[in-house]
Amino acid sequence: MITARKLGKSFGEKRVLRGVDLELARGGFAVVTGPNGSGKTTLLRICAGLTLPTDGELHVDADRAQVGYLGHEPLVYRELTALENLELYGRLYRIPEWRERIGMVLERFGLWDVRHERVASYSRGMTQRLALCRVLLHDPALLVLDEPHTALDAQGVELLDTQLAELRGERTFLVSTHDPARVAPFATAQVALA
Amino acid sequence: MNYFADVRALTRKDLLLELRARDTLPAMLLFVVAVFVVFHFSLPSSSSDLAANGLLWVAIVFTALLGLGRAFVPEREQRVFDGLVLAPSDRSAIWLAKSIATFAFLALAEALALPVFALFFHGVDGTTIAAVVLADLGICAVGTFVGAMAVVTRARELLLPLLFLPLAIPILIGGVGASVVDAPGRYLAFLGLYDALFALVCWAAFEYVVTE
Repeated sequence: MITARKLGKSFGEKRVLRGVDLELARGGFAVVTGPNGSGKTTLLRICAGLTLPTDGELHVDADRAQVGYLGHEPLVYRELTALENLELYGRLYRIPEWRERIGMVLERFGLWDVRHERVASYSRGMTQRLALCRVLLHDPALLVLDEPHTALDAQGVELLDTQLAELRGERTFLVSTHDPARVAPFATAQVALA
Repeated sequence: MNYFADVRALTRKDLLLELRARDTLPAMLLFVVAVFVVFHFSLPSSSSDLAANGLLWVAIVFTALLGLGRAFVPEREQRVFDGLVLAPSDRSAIWLAKSIATFAFLALAEALALPVFALFFHGVDGTTIAAVVLADLGICAVGTFVGAMAVVTRARELLLPLLFLPLAIPILIGGVGASVVDAPGRYLAFLGLYDALFALVCWAAFEYVVTE
């Protein structure tokens, strides 16, 4: 699904990623670890198609419609409700029967009862859950998740882990984390950035 | 027609955001009316209608600039651009939807401001209204394009006027010309040509603006 050779990225003089090799088969689960500033987010953004590498080769066997990306920001509008945000993405991703799909993901992440409330009124954990709903809405083949457990409470972590367990093997995962032990049961590969 | 469905969904989102936040249209309206009031009292009473026409177009361009400066604020402040860029829709749909929303705000502000202009200075004829509509189309097409370029930079408040105002000069020439000459057809055609040409360029090039 993802093949990277000597992948690198520089912002002007600053080199944030150097010589990364990655081989991730379809259905695989790669965990990206490393200290702050090691380039985890940059690597994930490159693999998701949001940033172009400056060095090396990258082949991702998935088009934009098949990628689900969770970054540090939830990528939702705070002045819109959860339902309005997901409707927008549902239309842009041309999801068949998107209303049912939205209902399903909102139920799954415990946001159905607050679907008509503006995201601005959500707690950080609820916003992260909504971001996960957005990521899973179009049932992507490749999930690129940048520290997905961030801000989630115990119930949210459990919901996420249940999702990861359900989708493991069926979907391909590239996940960055500061806590490798949490995703260790799912991992099939590890990329350690220095 | 998936493309137009995407444009409709994105335009609806922009209109909904303005309806909730109300931070663009009221600012544009207050600004344009304030400009008319200030000039009403600062221009000598013997000033010609020609000077008032010039003032009208200056007010329109700077009011538009105010709206364009706000156009991508939700995407920048809430960092939603990544989400829109990742969606499998044609990226030019983002530009078209944002242009339509900005046009709607500008047209609404002008619909309320032109009667104020008529009250303070002189009546506005059909030719001027046609010129304003054509100018709005060009302003929104070009302004949204350069607004997207400026929004990712640190000096965005400076960069937007620096990029936009030189590109708006032909619009000013066409607009003022159509408002003051007896046979405005040439100027209206010029504005129409500007709109078509720049809309086409912006539509085709927007992909490169939002792709690193």
